[in-house]
This record gives sequence, structure tokens and C-alpha cells, in this order.
Amino acid sequence: MITLPNARTIAVLLLVLAALASVPFLGDSFYLKLATRVIVLAIFAMSLELLIGYTGLVSFGHAAYFGLAAYGLQLLSPEYDAANLLVALPASMALAALVALAVGALVVRTRGIYFIMVTLAFAQMLFYLVRDSAWFGGSDGAFIYVKPVLRIGETVLFSLDDRTGFYFFCLCCLVFTYVLLVVILRSPFGQVIMGIKENEHRMQALGYNTYRYKLASFVIAGTFAGLAGFLFAAIDGFVSPELLGWHQSGNAILMILLGGSGTLFGSLFGAIAFVGMEDIFKERAIFGPLADHWQILMGVFVIAAVLLLRRGIAGWLVTWTGRRSPSLQERDDA
Amino acid sequence: MREPLLETLELTRRFGGLAAVKSVSIAFAPGEVHAVIGPNGAGKTTLINLLSGDLPPTSGRILFKGQEIAGRPAHSISHLGIGRSYQKTNIFLNFTTRQNCWLAAQSRLPTSFRFFSPAHRRQDVAARADKALALTGLEARAGRLAKEMSHGEQRQLEIAMMLATEPELLLLDEPMAGMGAEESERTVELIRKLAADHTVVLIEHDMDAVFKLADRLTVMVNGEVLETGTPESIRTSPAVREAYLGEEEALS
Ligand SMILES: Nc1ncnc2c1ncn2[C@@H]1O[C@H](COP(=O)(O)OP(=O)(O)OP(=O)(O)O)[C@@H](O)[C@H]1O
Ligand SMILES: [Mg+2]
Repeated sequence: MITLPNARTIAVLLLVLAALASVPFLGDSFYLKLATRVIVLAIFAMSLELLIGYTGLVSFGHAAYFGLAAYGLQLLSPEYDAANLLVALPASMALAALVALAVGALVVRTRGIYFIMVTLAFAQMLFYLVRDSAWFGGSDGAFIYVKPVLRIGETVLFSLDDRTGFYFFCLCCLVFTYVLLVVILRSPFGQVIMGIKENEHRMQALGYNTYRYKLASFVIAGTFAGLAGFLFAAIDGFVSPELLGWHQSGNAILMILLGGSGTLFGSLFGAIAFVGMEDIFKERAIFGPLADHWQILMGVFVIAAVLLLRRGIAGWLVTWTGRRSPSLQERDDA
Repeated sequence: MREPLLETLELTRRFGGLAAVKSVSIAFAPGEVHAVIGPNGAGKTTLINLLSGDLPPTSGRILFKGQEIAGRPAHSISHLGIGRSYQKTNIFLNFTTRQNCWLAAQSRLPTSFRFFSPAHRRQDVAARADKALALTGLEARAGRLAKEMSHGEQRQLEIAMMLATEPELLLLDEPMAGMGAEESERTVELIRKLAADHTVVLIEHDMDAVFKLADRLTVMVNGEVLETGTPESIRTSPAVREAYLGEEEALS
């Protein structure tokens, strides 16, 4: 079931983390922003991986929760003042969680291709709701003029306006998400959702009300997608309905494919590869007019990557660093 | 007969036009091994599916300890103390043998909505899983992936998972199907041992095993009960002989 990364994989992960942590010291604001996007999208992809890779629920509407929390920040930000992180962040995540609960309660009853279609349908519904209602600022999107701050009483401890500080805040959120999801996967709950992915019918026969566990997983995933969406909105201080759209959901799936489903940290590699390649494919100096159609290049790249690596970057990494470590129940001292 | 532990009353299940189980009324007495036999397609597996909640009945009643359970979902029936094994092996192929039993054993926790404590620290779950492995002789295979085991071992695992949920009533759907002679023999011994403190509903084509184990027999043909009785009365029943046993020459 869940296998902790072996020592060498952990070493590689720490190296990547160190590399990410050193990005602000390059002093290049373009790359700092790019790296911020990578980290935030990695959180988003990781939250989806809980569903796809560990619960067996292939959601094609995960951006809905990402986008809703992004709008949460926009709606909670006073026009000429900063929203308080301590309020806006939990409230935005709670919004994502609540909607995930409502949608999940319906969609989790379906299976396979129907699940894919129904999650997509609900996400598109929310997309149109946001786009067409004046309350959300319409199809042109809306600005967050002042970035949120961490404020206790009257004292501002920290502002997301500070690019470097914001970057490290995102990095902490990524590590927090990863660690928390690993803890959850190793818990009794984690065992159950992995069992559901493997054989839901037998789980029911063994006495598990699988509906409830799938719903809980859906809500947890939606909540973390909300964390990512909130941070994403704070990068540019701008939200648009596209954040809830199927493109955004599809991108997260591509990141998981690239990174390799079956490991949580694969999402980080997927996000790095995806954002990095997107940036390269959009380069007119390299690809000329094709750069305007970078999605085609990305499609070819993902297909090639999946064909070559099969289990994604993480799968390759795990093979390269040696065999899997013993699994959960064999390592009682872990 | 004592108050039955499990009882079906006019139980019927249709698949479109076909009545796979037709007005079946059987009483299963506590502590007994009650075998249900019948030719292929008689409706034995369908009956088990109704009893375990895998399928809802079209009509009729199922009473467990006098309580109506027809139409309840499988997970809820499992928690009443009714465990089942499948004729068509239904295990977690990509998990190890022990993980298979672990998930079965963990189902007896009051809840698995525990998100932060490591699962493997649960000694009570581990003990239940290990006990099931020991009973079925699979300890040496604990670390093996289920899909890498022999068919016979997978059949043992099928039983082990059921046992790890600590049921009081066992619904065994052809536990010996596809086992070698030696494994079959071991499984007969295991069922005999379990029969000491469990009630068993046994479906089995192997007549030697059935007559070794059963306290009572029900013969089903075409979804209907042909006859219920002691092994001796079934063995000598002309109707049963004609409809079923005669063809197989199992008891000449
Ligand atoms: N899910 C289903 N949908 C449609 N028909 C079914 C279904 N399950 C069983 N049947 C039909 O019901 C009848 C009884 O099947 P069942 O599997 O209960 O028989 P069985 O006694 O277990 O046979 P076997 O000894 O071969 O296992 C068969 O004709 C079968 O084709
Ligand atoms: Mg059958």
C-alpha cells in the first residue's frame, strides 16, 4: 500500500527542496514567480493525486475547488485594504471544502467513466456560475488590489506582497501538504481509501461503508485544492473564471501523468516539468510561430514522456534509486 | 429444531425474466454446518449474494437472529457478524497477503475515520490479521503479493480475509474450488475446526467434502429448494438422486 520513499529518494527530494529554497537568492523576479507557480500547482496536483492515485477516483473537475478558493480570497479582500490570512485562508479553504462536500455527496455515487463526466459537469456548472454572475466580477475576472497579510490584532507580521516571503510561505505549504497527506495515507483512513482503489466491492463486503470514505477523500482533496487556489490568486492578485475551467483540471491531470501517479511527490516533479516546459514552449525564439500553439507541443511532450517513462518521473526516480522500501506494515518501527 | 440463526422466507431474486432464486425458504440452525448443493446455475451463489447483501432480493425476507436484514447493504450485514467468501476469488491482488488480512481485520475497529494515527501501530488489528493467517496456514506467505500466489493460496486467502472480520456466521461459496487434493483436505479440516464455534453455510461441489462436513443439506435446482434434510436422508432421497446426485454418480 503506501510505501515511504527510500533513503536515496528522500535525499533527492531534499536536494530538490534545497534547490527550490535557493531560487529567491538568484535575484531574478521572473524565475521567482515561475517557481512560485510551480510550487502552488504542485500542491494542486498533489491534492488531486489523493483522489486519482490513492482513492481511484479520476476527477476531471478538480479545478472547481481550486478556483472557488481563489475567488474566496478575492471576495474576502476589502477593496483598498489587505485581507487577513488568518481569516481569509481558512475561510477560502472552507468554501472549497463545503462545495466539495455538496458535489462529492452526489458524484461519489458514480463510478469510472461516469465519475469523470459528472465531476466535469459540476465543475463546468460552477465555472459558468462564476463567469455569468456579476457578483464574481464576470468573464473578465477580478483583481485583488492589496495582497493578504498575516495580522494579529493591529500588528502585521507578514505580507504576501513580499515576493520572497510569499515564496517561502508557499514552500512551507507544499511541505505541510505533503507531510499531512503522507500521515493521512498511513492512518487507518488511508488504508481504507487505498483498499477502495484496489477493490471497492471487497471493501464493502468486509464491512466498510465505502461511500463515506470516498466522500471524505473527495473533501480532503478539495480542501487542499483550495489551499493551492488561494495561493495562486495571491501570486498575480488576479482571478478569472478560467481558474475553475476544465483546462485547469486537465493540467493537473497532465502534471500527475508527467510526475507519475502512485507517489505524492511525483506531483512536484510533474509541476516542475509542466510549468518549465510550458515556459520553454511559449518561447518564440525557439519555436517560432508554433509557440502560439504551445498546447500542441505540450501534448506531444506529455505523450512522449508517458510512453518513455510509463510511471512518470517519480516512477523512474524510484526505480533509479533502488527497489521500493518495505511497505507500511512490514516496517513497524517507521 | 432450535430457533434458527438465519432464516429465509419465500426469498426470490430475478434477473430480468430469470428467477435465479425462487421462493426459497431455508432455516439455518445455530452451530450447524448447513450445505447447499445443486447443479451449475441452480442459484447457490445468488442465494449467498442475497444473504450477504451483495444483491438486494426482489421479494421475500431474510431474518438474522429474528431481525429483518433483506435489502441491507453488504457493509452493514458484515457488521452483524456475517462473513462471506467468494467463489470467484475477490481479493486485493496488488497488496500483500498480510495487507489483505489487515484490511479485513481493520474493518472491526469502531471506525476507520482516524486520520492521524499510524495504522500499523494498531496491535489489535495486527493480532486479528495474524490469527487469520495462522488459521489458514498462510503465515509463510504474509509478505507475498496476492497476485503472485498460486490459485490454491489465493483461495486460502479468500477464507483468511473472511475470518479476519471475526464473523459468527460463515457463508462459504465453494471454498475448495480449484484447490489441489492436499489443499482441499486442509480446508476441510479448517472448516471442521471452525464449525466448533461458528455457524456455517457451505456451498460446495465436492460431495466428499460436503458429506464429511454437513450436519444438514439443502438441494437447490433451478432456483428452487428441492429438499432439505440430514445427509442420510438426502443421500437416500429418490428425488435428489434423480435430479442431481444420480447424474454425478457421486454416491453410488
Ligand atoms: N448478475 C447476474 N445477472 C444475470 N443473471 C445472473 C446473474 N447472476 C447469476 N445469474 C444467473 O442466475 C442463475 C444462477 O446463477 P448462480 O451463479 O447463482 O448459480 P450457482 O448455483 O452458483 O452455479 P455454479 O455452481 O456454477 O456456481 C444462472 O442462470 C446465472 O446465469
Ligand atoms: Mg456459484
